[in-house]
Amino acid sequence: MDAYIFDSLRTVRGKGNDKGSLIGITPTALLVECLTALKERNNLDTTQVEDLIVGCVTQVMDQGANIAKTAAQQSGYGNHLSGATVNRFCGSGLEAVNQVAAYVKAGFKDLAIGGGVENMSRVKMASDGGAMAADPSVALPGHFVPQGISADLIASKYGFSRDALDSFAATSHQRAAEAEKNGRFNRSRISVKDVNNFVVLDKDENIRPTTTTESLAQLKPSFAQLGSIAGFDAVAIDRYPEVEFIQHVHHPGNSSAIVDGAALTLVGSKSAGEALGLKPLARIRSAAVSGTEPTIMLLGPVPATQAALKKAGMSKDDVDLYEVNEAFAVVPLYFMEQMDIPHEKVNVNGGAIAMGHPLGATGCMLLGTVLDELERRNLQTGLITLCIGGGMGIATIIERV
Amino acid sequence: MENYKNDYLQYSTSEDGIAVIMMDAVNEPTNLFSWEFIESYAEAARRAIADDAVQGVIVTSAKRDFMAGADLRVISNPPAEGAVILKNLLKTHELLREIEKSPKPFVAAINGNAYGGGFELALTCNRRIALDGNYKFSLPEVQVGIFPGGGGTQRLPYLTGIANALAFILQPKEVKPQQALKDNLIEEVVADKDELMAAAKRYIQNNPNAVQPWDDKKYKIPGGGILTPNGMQTIIGSIGLLRKETHGNYPGGENALSAIYNGLQLPMDRALEVEARYFVKTLNSPVGKNMIRTLFFAMTDAKKGKSKPQGFPEYRVNRLGILGAGMMGAGIANVSAAAGMQVVLKDVTREAAEKGKNHTEKQLNDRLAKGRITPEKAQDILGRINPVTEVETLKDCDFIIEAVFENPQLKAQVTRETEAVLGKDKIFGSNTSTLPITSLAKASERPANFIGIHFFSPVEKMPLVEIIVGKETSDRTLAATIDFVTQIKKVPIVVNDSPGFFTSRVFGTYTGEGALLLTEGVAPALIENVARRAGMPVGPLAVSDEVSITLMLGILKLNPNKQEHHERLIELYQNLAEELQRPGKKAGQGFYDYPAGEKKRIWQGLAKLCPANGDSEKITADVIQKRLLHIMALESCRCLDEGVLNNSKDGDLGSILGIGFPPYTGGVFSYIDTVGIAQFVADCDAFRKQVGVRWQVPDSLRERAEGNRKFY
Repeated sequence: MDAYIFDSLRTVRGKGNDKGSLIGITPTALLVECLTALKERNNLDTTQVEDLIVGCVTQVMDQGANIAKTAAQQSGYGNHLSGATVNRFCGSGLEAVNQVAAYVKAGFKDLAIGGGVENMSRVKMASDGGAMAADPSVALPGHFVPQGISADLIASKYGFSRDALDSFAATSHQRAAEAEKNGRFNRSRISVKDVNNFVVLDKDENIRPTTTTESLAQLKPSFAQLGSIAGFDAVAIDRYPEVEFIQHVHHPGNSSAIVDGAALTLVGSKSAGEALGLKPLARIRSAAVSGTEPTIMLLGPVPATQAALKKAGMSKDDVDLYEVNEAFAVVPLYFMEQMDIPHEKVNVNGGAIAMGHPLGATGCMLLGTVLDELERRNLQTGLITLCIGGGMGIATIIERV
Repeated sequence: MENYKNDYLQYSTSEDGIAVIMMDAVNEPTNLFSWEFIESYAEAARRAIADDAVQGVIVTSAKRDFMAGADLRVISNPPAEGAVILKNLLKTHELLREIEKSPKPFVAAINGNAYGGGFELALTCNRRIALDGNYKFSLPEVQVGIFPGGGGTQRLPYLTGIANALAFILQPKEVKPQQALKDNLIEEVVADKDELMAAAKRYIQNNPNAVQPWDDKKYKIPGGGILTPNGMQTIIGSIGLLRKETHGNYPGGENALSAIYNGLQLPMDRALEVEARYFVKTLNSPVGKNMIRTLFFAMTDAKKGKSKPQGFPEYRVNRLGILGAGMMGAGIANVSAAAGMQVVLKDVTREAAEKGKNHTEKQLNDRLAKGRITPEKAQDILGRINPVTEVETLKDCDFIIEAVFENPQLKAQVTRETEAVLGKDKIFGSNTSTLPITSLAKASERPANFIGIHFFSPVEKMPLVEIIVGKETSDRTLAATIDFVTQIKKVPIVVNDSPGFFTSRVFGTYTGEGALLLTEGVAPALIENVARRAGMPVGPLAVSDEVSITLMLGILKLNPNKQEHHERLIELYQNLAEELQRPGKKAGQGFYDYPAGEKKRIWQGLAKLCPANGDSEKITADVIQKRLLHIMALESCRCLDEGVLNNSKDGDLGSILGIGFPPYTGGVFSYIDTVGIAQFVADCDAFRKQVGVRWQVPDSLRERAEGNRKFY
C-alpha cells in the first residue's frame, strides 16, 4: 500500500532566544495552530484522523509528558485523537512523518498526522540531561564530544576551509531571502497568533539578506574554548589521531540558527484521501536511517541517503531536489562532495543557517519546503536528509503524484 | 567506664561522657586503613554508642599522621577474588554507616596528615576539627592507579561541591588545614592540641543529635547536585578534560567519575555500593597493581636509598661544587641549595656563573609571588649559592658535579683541574647524558672516586637521577652518591656503564622508531597523536625537535655498530638538519614549524619528504602504538641482559621518571608483563620480519616467554 501526503505546513520560525517573537507561545500552542490550520485548509473531518505523532527533542518542562497527546487534547480534533512523541534528535520531525507513512503502508492506520515541534527559547537545548554526554561510563568509552566539535572535526579531517563554510552560509541567506521575496514559502507557511488571535509573527525571523562571506568572516569560532578548556579537541583526536589539530571554523553565522517552530504533515492511504476528498500531493517512496561513528557524529546523511535510494531503486540522479539540513555548513558541503551532487540541486531556497533549526520540527519543515519547490518547478522527486546527534542520519524520498 | 587497647587503637572514656578512639597502630610508623582496622574501629565505636554514659566520640591519632591512607600492601596484591573484596568493602561501608547514623556525635580531631582512607574516615565523622600545621589533606589514590574507595567519592561532594571534589579526586588537589577550612573539608582549625580536644568536646556537648549532610533531606550540595544544570556542566566538562589528560589509560579516574555521577543520584547507602563496585573493577585492572608496584613501592625504596651498598656510613654533603653554570648546573645548584647545601657554582666567566645563580633567584621569586616560600627562606637558599670562576674555591667541597658541555676533552680538562684542588677522598660526579663514564674516568687520577650522575631537565621538576657506575667506580663512591641524591630528595637508580646508559639509550629507540615510521610513509600527525594517546608526554618527532636533530645525528654517527635502520635515520636527520636547515626547536624549525606566539605545527613538507604509500596506509594506529612502546621495552630487556640494569624495578622506575614511559604501564618491564610476554615476543617477531633486525628478540626474553616467567 502507498502512503500519500495530502498536506504539509509549518509555522514561521522565530528566533530562539529571549528576544525571539515566539518565546511567549508555548510549544503546545504552536502545534495546536498547525493542527487548526490543517483542519481549516483541508476542511478536514478530524474524526477520521487516527493519530498524531510528533517529533520533539528536548522532552522536559513544556515539552515533557508527551506533547503530542497534550496538543491532540487541546486541538479540538476530538478525544479519539491519540498522540505519541518521538525523539530521534534532529531527525525527529522526519522520523514522525516516516512512522506515520510506515503505519499507512502497513495498513495499521489509514490517516494520521506526523510532524514536530521545538520551542528552543522556552526549553533550552540539552536541558533534558541524558547519559550520552553526562554519564562518564557512557561518554568516556564513547568519546563523546559536543556537536560543534564534531562539525569542526569533519572540516578538519576532510579539509573544508572557513572560507568555504562562510560562502555556503552566505548563499543560504541569499537563497532564503530570494525565496521569501518571491513568496515561495507562503503556500505551506502559517503565521503564529497569540491568545487573542493577533498575529505575533508572519515571517521567518532569522533570515538576513545582507549576510555575505565577508561579513561572516568577522565572527569568532564558537567551539574553540569547548575544544581546549573542556578538553574535547583531545577527545576527538584520540578517536581520529590522523587529524593533527581541530580547526575551529564553525560560528553562529555558519551553523543553524536556534529558533522556535512547529510543522505537520497529513499522511494517509489513497482510499482515506478519496473518502475525505483530499488531493494527494506526493507519495512517500522510501525512508531510511543509518547509524555512524558517534564522535564525528554528523556524517549520517550520506549512508542514510544511499540506503533510501537503494530501497527506492533509484540513483542519486533520479532525485530532482535535495534538502540537506544545514545543522552546520560542513554537513551539506560534505554531503555534496561525497555524493557528487551539485549545489544547484541542494537547498535551493536556503536552509537552517538562514531560517533556523527548531530541532524536533525541522525534518517535517524540509519535507514541506521541497514539496512546494517540486510543484513550483514542476519536478518529480525530492529527497530530505538530516544529520542526527549521537551519530545517525535519516533520509526520505518523496515523489509527486 | 572501660578502657582498652589493641593493635590498632586505644579506647578510653572519661567522666564527662567523652569517649576517645586514639588510633595507634602497633609496630607501624603510621595508621593505615585496612579491614582489620575497620573491624577494630567499629567495635570501639559500637561500644561507645551502646554506652549510655558516652555522649560522643573523639577520633584522633597518637601518630604524627592522622592516618596515611589504605594499606597498599593489601591492595596491590589482592588476597582474594573480586567478589570477596566487594563483600569486605560493603561490610566496611555498612559498619561506617551504622556509626554515622547513630545520633551520637563523632568528631575527627585531626592532628596530622589525613590521606586517602584517613581522610575518608574523617568524612564519616560529624565534624572535622584540625590542628593548624604544615600537613595535608589529600586523596592521592589516582596517582597509583586506583581511586578513593572508602566513601570519598560520595561524601566529599556534599561538603565541598562537585567541582571541587573532582579536583581533589582526579588531579588530585591537596590542601593544608587553613585551605581545607576554606574548601569546607573541615569545619574548624585550632592552634594547639589542648584546644583540639576542647573544641571537639564542645561540639559533642552542643550537638547531641548529629545528622550527616547526606542524610539530611533539606541539605543542598554546594553549587548544586549532579542533575542540576551546574552539576551536569561540571561532569560533562570533566569527562572531556579527563580524556585530554589521560587518554583513557587510567581506569582509576574514569571509574571515580562514573561512581560520582551514578552515586550522587542515590541515597548514601546505595551510593556507597555503586562506589564499591567501581572500586573492585578498578582493582581488577592491571593499572593499579602496576602503578603501586613502581610508583609507590619501588619509588619509596629508591627515595630511601635502598640500592646503597651495605657497610658505608652516611656521606653528608655540606659543600657541593658544580662545574658549569649552564641550564643543568644552575638547576642542580638550585635544588641542592634548597636542600641546605653550600653550593660553589663555577663557570669560566663571572657573568656565566652569576647567570647560573640568577636562575635560582628567578625561581625563588616565582615562588615568593605565589606565597609558597617566605622571604627569609628564599634569602637563605640564594645565599648558599656562591658563583665563582677560580678553581681553588672548590677545594673544600665534599662532592663535585661536572656539568660542562658534552665534550670529552673539555670534561677531561676540568676533571684534572678540579682534582688538583679537591680532597683525595671526595667524590667527582659527571652529569653526562651519553658519554661513557669509564672513558671519562680516564682523565681522573682517582677513578675509584669518579661516577656518573645524570640529572634530567628541568632539574627542579624531574625527580630521577641516573647514577652510572664506571668500571673502576668504588662501592664507597656509589654509596656516597646515593646519599647525596637522597639528600637533595631526588630518586636514584643505579646503572652500569654503556653508551647512553639506560635512559638515553632507551629514549633513542623511541625517537628512532617514530622517525622510522615517518620514513616508511606514516603520516606524522598520526605518529605524534598515537604516541600521546598511548600515554607518552610528547610525540617522538616533537621531542626530537626539542633534543635537537643535530645532536641525535651526532650520537648516531658515533655508533660503531650501525644497522640498516641507523643509516636510514642518519639520512633523514642529515636531510632535515643539514640540507633543509631544520635542526629542531631551538632553530625555530625541525619536524615542526614554530611560528612566534602560536602553537607548533607539523612541517607541511614532511609529507613530500616521506610520502605516504600503499604499505604505509596499512599501518594502523594500534601497530604504531605497539612499535613506539614495544621498542623501548625491548631495548630495556637488552639493558637487563647486558647488566646495564641491575634489576627490572630500576628499569620500570627509570623509564617512567626519566623518559616519560607511560606511568599507567608501571614501566617497561611491567608493560611486558601486562601485554603478556608471549604476545610481546610474537609482536616483536612480526616486526622483525616486517621492518628490521632492531626487533630481534634476545634469547633471554624468548626463554622467559617459553617458560612464561613474568618479571613480577
